[in-house]
Amino acid sequence: MAKARKVPAIIDNPMSFCPGCGHGIVIRLIAECLEELGQDQNIIFALGVGCSSLLGGGLVTDRLHCPHGRAGAVATGMKRVQPENTIVAYQGDGDAYSIGIAESINAAYRNENFTVITINNTNYGMTGGQMSWTTMPGQVTTTSPLGRDCETTGLPLRFPELVASQFDVAYAARGAVTTPKNVKKLKKYIWNGLDAQVKGEGYSVIEVLSPCPTNWKMTPLKAMERIETELIPYYPLGEFKARKEN
Amino acid sequence: MGDMMKGNIAIAEAAVRAGVKLYAGYPITPSTEIMEYLSKRLPEVGASFIQAESELAGINMVMGAASCGVRALTASSGPGISLKQEGISCISDEELTCVVINVVRYGNGLGTLYSAQCDYHRETRGGGNGDYRCIVLSPGSIQEAVDLMATAYELAEKYRIVTVMMTEGALGQMMEPCDLPDFIEPEKLPWGMDGKYSYKKIGIFDRNSMTEAVDLNKKHDTIKANEQRWEDDGLEDADYVFVAYGLPGRSVKGAVRELREEGHKVGFIRPITTWPFPIKAFEKVNRDVKGFISVEANATGQLIDDVALAAKETVKDRNVPAYCLPCVYGIPSIRFTKEGLGKIINGEIKERY
Ligand SMILES: Cc1ncc(C[n+]2csc(CCOP(=O)(O)OP(=O)(O)O)c2C)c(N)n1
Ligand code: SF4
Repeated sequence: MAKARKVPAIIDNPMSFCPGCGHGIVIRLIAECLEELGQDQNIIFALGVGCSSLLGGGLVTDRLHCPHGRAGAVATGMKRVQPENTIVAYQGDGDAYSIGIAESINAAYRNENFTVITINNTNYGMTGGQMSWTTMPGQVTTTSPLGRDCETTGLPLRFPELVASQFDVAYAARGAVTTPKNVKKLKKYIWNGLDAQVKGEGYSVIEVLSPCPTNWKMTPLKAMERIETELIPYYPLGEFKARKEN
Repeated sequence: MGDMMKGNIAIAEAAVRAGVKLYAGYPITPSTEIMEYLSKRLPEVGASFIQAESELAGINMVMGAASCGVRALTASSGPGISLKQEGISCISDEELTCVVINVVRYGNGLGTLYSAQCDYHRETRGGGNGDYRCIVLSPGSIQEAVDLMATAYELAEKYRIVTVMMTEGALGQMMEPCDLPDFIEPEKLPWGMDGKYSYKKIGIFDRNSMTEAVDLNKKHDTIKANEQRWEDDGLEDADYVFVAYGLPGRSVKGAVRELREEGHKVGFIRPITTWPFPIKAFEKVNRDVKGFISVEANATGQLIDDVALAAKETVKDRNVPAYCLPCVYGIPSIRFTKEGLGKIINGEIKERY
């Protein structure tokens, strides 16, 4: 029989995500990385509004629920007064890239020394699946009932690429939770982002392509398939700003 | 007596001496000198200064710092404070503590650059969504503002509430001799986050809003009972009592002095806390008082509402008229107040309540 993996100590209570949701996998990875980096008793989360906030109920860590979109600013304040703590802003795409685009961009612009993990599920999950700035062209949501028309709504935003190409940030990457191989890679990205922060290299962002079977109205398996066939071609996986050799 | 200092600078230096560890804000007249001064001064004492991308971001940076249990500060005026309401509501909801300075300027929307008192309702009622109140300190001189700076943090921390230092454009821009307080090195607050999960109630989790509502009411009642501050004079035999805070409060003192010399039985109440409103001062007033008169620097009259409520609460046996002398912006002159009393006595100005 295969040996069961140990659950990281900071994961405590069950979290109420929908079946097949990607959030849970990401949280597990973050907790494992924090433990491996010796930061699990030195961590403060700045949590976004949305399904991301469900994370707070399940972790035994310091965490503050930030106003919708403002985690980039809140985390800035935390890190400036407590530079010895590891700070993670954990947000959805609506939170970080729509309402909070100013706070997100400006934290990256200043190269604040914290780590942002953004769950890109191409919609506003918690409020029932409205269009966000990462919704795909033609995607039907409750506020793009005929499919997203990019002529009037703009093109889906690629945030890690944006900050990696325009700003002096420490680390930017995109992963996905679709396959064991991708999950392993994602863990490496999260580890890199956190390690960059611990070493004081500056801002790190890891975006995660994650399924929202409930609002996509798909089975969990179909939702994973959609990420592979439709999302990854537009949102490529990989590191956009790799760390300096260390 | 100390050196001549500009109001905004003196207040900023008092904040440094009160042990502020982070300032985050965005420029706006007539408050900007506070952030300009702190951009140089805070790094000198090993504290953080952040020029935020907006007032929204600024107050949320303050929230982040406050959640770690250190003294955090932001300052702004009119439209900037409007943007900060989201954060002030959230900071209040989490029972974190900070000080927000509002150097009040006149006007709705973009407003103007003139000194005024038109944010009275917003500051004393909350301003953002929800049921919260902030303790509001409304100094009448630069010295008083400076002396109240450490008090602002002590009150915020004692009650785990936001304290607003509500000054006026003119107070920020004028100069007066001023003695600065000594430096304080405040301890990190025991509930502040430190990454070790030693304090457990921050966020919407692990909360019971029903019991919190009861606690919140108790907290507000304790603050109302214990933290009313004001200055008064001439109340015992007064026919008319003026009520004015801040710079108009100072000017009204002068008017009362002159009116007394001319034989008028008048007194004044100058609230120093505008929330909690100093209702206890009204208990000292002559029971046969003929009227209360608010003197304020705004267009519509805002303080008058609290004056009328305080009159109703303290002189219970009859309906004492409450009059309002709003002077739009600037500082009402002694002449303005004296003429106003004349018009009230001869019936030219009717009571508001
Ligand atoms: C200021 C404000 N506006 C709107 C909301 C309502 N709201 C709650 S969650 C949410 C969407 C969150 O979507 P996203 O950030 O993509 O996260 P997800 O739920 O998909 O993980 C919205 C709009 C709010 N809480 N606050
Ligand atoms: S709504 Fe979507 S993102 Fe939210 S928990 Fe359900 S599946 Fe996950």
